[in-house]
Amino acid sequence: MLAVIVVFNLNGKRSTARVMAPTSLLDVLRDEMGLPGSKSACEQGECGSCSVMLDDVLVCSCLVMAVDAEGSDIRTVEGMSSGDFLHPVQEAMHQAGAVQCGFCTPGFVVAAVDLFEKNPKPSTEEIKEALAGNLCRCTGYGAILRAFEDLAGGAK
Amino acid sequence: MNVTYPDSLADALEAVGAGAIPLAGGTDLMVETNFGHADPQDVVVLRRLDELAVWEGNLLGAGVTWRKIETAGPRALAQAARTVGSPQIRNAGTIGGNIGTASPAGDGLPFLAAVDASIELASSRGTRSLPWDEFFLGVKKTALGPDEMITGVRLPDELPERQEFAKIGARNAMVIATVCCVVTRGDGGATRVALGSVAPTPIRARRAEEMISSVATPTDNDLAEFARLVSEEVTPITDHRSTEEYRRHASGVLARRLLERCLR
Repeated sequence: MLAVIVVFNLNGKRSTARVMAPTSLLDVLRDEMGLPGSKSACEQGECGSCSVMLDDVLVCSCLVMAVDAEGSDIRTVEGMSSGDFLHPVQEAMHQAGAVQCGFCTPGFVVAAVDLFEKNPKPSTEEIKEALAGNLCRCTGYGAILRAFEDLAGGAK
Repeated sequence: MNVTYPDSLADALEAVGAGAIPLAGGTDLMVETNFGHADPQDVVVLRRLDELAVWEGNLLGAGVTWRKIETAGPRALAQAARTVGSPQIRNAGTIGGNIGTASPAGDGLPFLAAVDASIELASSRGTRSLPWDEFFLGVKKTALGPDEMITGVRLPDELPERQEFAKIGARNAMVIATVCCVVTRGDGGATRVALGSVAPTPIRARRAEEMISSVATPTDNDLAEFARLVSEEVTPITDHRSTEEYRRHASGVLARRLLERCLR
């Protein structure tokens, strides 16, 4: 079987993957790139736990065919912190106790980073809409929402 | 596997002609693939093909995403776009994909039916344009030829100023429609009603349209008759999302509500 060599920029680092089948970017990230932060759950775009930024666009990596990442910039949850310093979105979730079992957390982090990069002062409604594609089954939406309201400067 | 990264639409069409499966947003194809219902070993990657992302006047390229339509589309199509999946899905999914998948529940399709849009198709042999009702043939069945690709959708030059979309589902976000509907009304009263999820393809409720179009200022009785005709014209089924009876009832309620919004 023929492999396709896919070259992309992963969290700022040039990376190469050998792709043998029409598998998802999620599988390549987790199984080939050693980045298990993006979670594999529904595999149909329902839960958002695999959210990544593909060319600065928030997507479900389970719905991106890995070969489509050729030449692209990919940012995963692993690329959000700077050294020992959490991203403000992560810090806000930590402070608000917005992490329970933690499975959905990476997806929420990536979706919230996308939101705050585009709109630093989102309203509560805007936060809810931006996170509509991320499911938490613990369910800790109240604390997650409060974290981002605080980050937005007390959005109402 | 075999992958084509086309530099031009002509390259893409050549690949499709040789059997490659078009991959745009992937939001339908990858679900099929992840669940083992599809095995696309030969794909042509379209996400960054500029020729499909064009949006010039009344021509929407097949690669235009729901996100873009949500922010810049005609009112009822933008309303429909906002109900497609989640932000993640809307960022990736395209109108061309919605048309190609031809799900009875495709959120963007009732608008195309309401305004009598045409589907633009191309192959290495040439191009053709099919009216929506000649393109959608059944549940996930279309008139797309084996070597053809959807390149866009052409809307009429003039769109009715008053146009409304709404969708009924079990929750607000991430929901597949139980019924979705578009109603448009022109200045002379010309009314169009299109519905999704209530027949194998998007459909128009033409008897209801005819009845209400000639009424300049509909009374409560007229609106009730309009709703009754819409409910009569749909042909829904019972499935895991809803029942035939509920869908029939909801079709009339939804169409009437949207018409009332148009009349305000």
